Amino acid sequence: MAFQLLRRALTSRPDQIISSPSAFSAVRAFSSAPITATLFPGDGIGPEIAEAVKQIFREAEVPIEWEEHYVGTEVDPRTQSFLTWESLESVRRNRVGLKGPMATPIGKGHRSLNLTLRKELNLYANVRPCYSLPGYKTLYDDVNLITIRENTEGEYSGLEHQVVRGVVESLKIITRQASLRVAEYAFHYAKAHGRERVSAIHKANIMQKTDGLFLKCCREVAEKYPEITYEEVVIDNCCMMLVKNPALFDVLVMPNLYGDIISDLCAGLIGGLGLTPSCNIGEGGIALAEAVHGSAPDIAGKNLANPTALLLSGVSMLRHLELHDKADRIQNAVLDTIAEGKYRTADLGGKSTTSDFTKAICDHL
Amino acid sequence: MARRSLPNLIKRLSLTAAPPRSRTITYMPRPGDGTPRAVTLIPGDGIGPLVTNAVEQVMEAMHAPVYFERYEVHGNMKVFPAEVVESIRRNKVCLKGGLITPVGGGVSSLNVHLRKELDLYAALVNCRNMPGLPIRHEKVDIVVVRENTEGEYAGLEHEVVPGVVESLKVITKHCSERIAEYAFEYAYLNNRKKVTAVHKANIMKLADGLFLESCREVAERYPAIAYNEIIVDNCCMQLVSRPEQFDVMVTPNLYGNLVANTAAGIAGGTGFMPGGNVGADYAVFEQGTSAGNVGNDKIIAEKKANPVALLLSSAMMLRHLQFPSFADRLETAVGRVIAEGKCLTKDLGGDSTTQQVVDAVIANID
Repeated sequence: MAFQLLRRALTSRPDQIISSPSAFSAVRAFSSAPITATLFPGDGIGPEIAEAVKQIFREAEVPIEWEEHYVGTEVDPRTQSFLTWESLESVRRNRVGLKGPMATPIGKGHRSLNLTLRKELNLYANVRPCYSLPGYKTLYDDVNLITIRENTEGEYSGLEHQVVRGVVESLKIITRQASLRVAEYAFHYAKAHGRERVSAIHKANIMQKTDGLFLKCCREVAEKYPEITYEEVVIDNCCMMLVKNPALFDVLVMPNLYGDIISDLCAGLIGGLGLTPSCNIGEGGIALAEAVHGSAPDIAGKNLANPTALLLSGVSMLRHLELHDKADRIQNAVLDTIAEGKYRTADLGGKSTTSDFTKAICDHL
Repeated sequence: MARRSLPNLIKRLSLTAAPPRSRTITYMPRPGDGTPRAVTLIPGDGIGPLVTNAVEQVMEAMHAPVYFERYEVHGNMKVFPAEVVESIRRNKVCLKGGLITPVGGGVSSLNVHLRKELDLYAALVNCRNMPGLPIRHEKVDIVVVRENTEGEYAGLEHEVVPGVVESLKVITKHCSERIAEYAFEYAYLNNRKKVTAVHKANIMKLADGLFLESCREVAERYPAIAYNEIIVDNCCMQLVSRPEQFDVMVTPNLYGNLVANTAAGIAGGTGFMPGGNVGADYAVFEQGTSAGNVGNDKIIAEKKANPVALLLSSAMMLRHLQFPSFADRLETAVGRVIAEGKCLTKDLGGDSTTQQVVDAVIANID
């Protein structure tokens, strides 16, 4: 680990310093040189909302230059998917990316796009900040939590087989390495963002060895961060508490399956996937922010799409890059525009077009 | 004639606060049906003894034709005592408080043990809005039917090499079929219009795929009942935004746990939802969801546990034993206490003790 850090420090560009205590964030301490980031506009409404994001970032004078990559029309043999090797190399090089919704083409002979990205870029943690949008009323007003989900193993290892006819086994794998990695990230994130509490969600009373190992790793990491409160919550209690009183939670760290369900549940609390940002963290500090909603082919090209999810994902990307003031500016502009209520897209109950909404945000900057 | 009906009129007017007593139970019991039935009672750990005692008191007050055979079982026992299992096999019905399962310890859950031992393959929880409970969602009336014996709770875990642990999730056609059959039969018997299967077959293609296949096969045999499928993460999202779209839900073991707890939470809390486990031969009634949650030391010390879930589960048990009138009276009394809102336990933000709730329920029994 030390050797790798040394190697990275010696070969890094002068405006890109990786802070050694954590290899998680790329600190742009003295850069006024623009940062290159990969952008995958995606399919369907992807290109329009990506355009909206670019426009707003330009208005806010964010020092980012976008390198756009599109999903190809044929399978690249080097990646076995529609994403080309160049696209992946671009993300590896730039260390940050923003991804719009991608429709996975149906058929065989290729890996799904999300799976390709995850495996090739070793994206091990999925981070979803969920906070109630002031001005967009849901049944819950006081949600302010982050879900951090282990993204590589657990129940989604894809290892299933039929033992005999009518009996199927599916393997859930938990490793010390992956659990430590995601726990480290969770506590680092909590510390970096001034969060006070980390809750590990588990079902270790039933799955004693697997979730037990996950918990053991979380406890080990918790000891290194004595200023952050650490607690463990059984998943059924967690579900119940989330729907009764989501203000009880701060940062949640979970294995894969529980993370999937809980992060979608939290997205439901604040208004759905169309408003939820998401960011995938990979080895070596790679961050790929993405909009987790679908590509909505029925409204593609009609200037009706809501760019909020992609925008807020872009904001979490900026926070990862430690451009906090820019991130705050854009986030406040988005929240103010929605709170004002004059310009809202159709899915929020309004009648504005994407361009009107974008312009309103730019005005609020 | 006016004079004769005046006292009746006055009596009816003075009862306007309570719901109309116009329920008539029309059934013809066989001679001897009133003989008291034996029910195995397991107080359990934590708040268990407190809430089962509440049930005993209420049954006593109603003079219900049940008597309890009490057995002490604790969560730290290695195995369920044989005499208790014998008793349940004999009586066919059991009422149970929660048993503690040490987290990450070497003892596997006795709650799960009992279900497998007696092959209680269906866990049922009824999540419904009750007037008086503070809620954000209206029109919640969901029954979650959860497969209770296999799936992720198979308990088959091992360490492959140090630092790598595997857990097996087992899904069989036999179990999936019978739980689907139970869910559809329940819907049919209770005039429910829709059954939704909850799964994650886009990722776990073989395992949940097998579950779905079984559900689809059973669905064909019940053409009058609508059937649809929903992925578990979308399901949770829909539950918190539009729960009125769900009616009966059938799920494998783990998802059932999550969905049931989420549904209970949106309907008012796990302290209020009745439920139990049922198999071909036996039925064990306990708190609908979070049955393994035995409360914390403070609540036990202050005796402020919420007995409503177990009281309503015991009403379910009375119906199961074919004593519908007693079940109705109990449910009405509990409903009145909740609607009045004067006896609130800790989980509703109040400060009442278990005994106060019990006294209120007993006072409200007609």
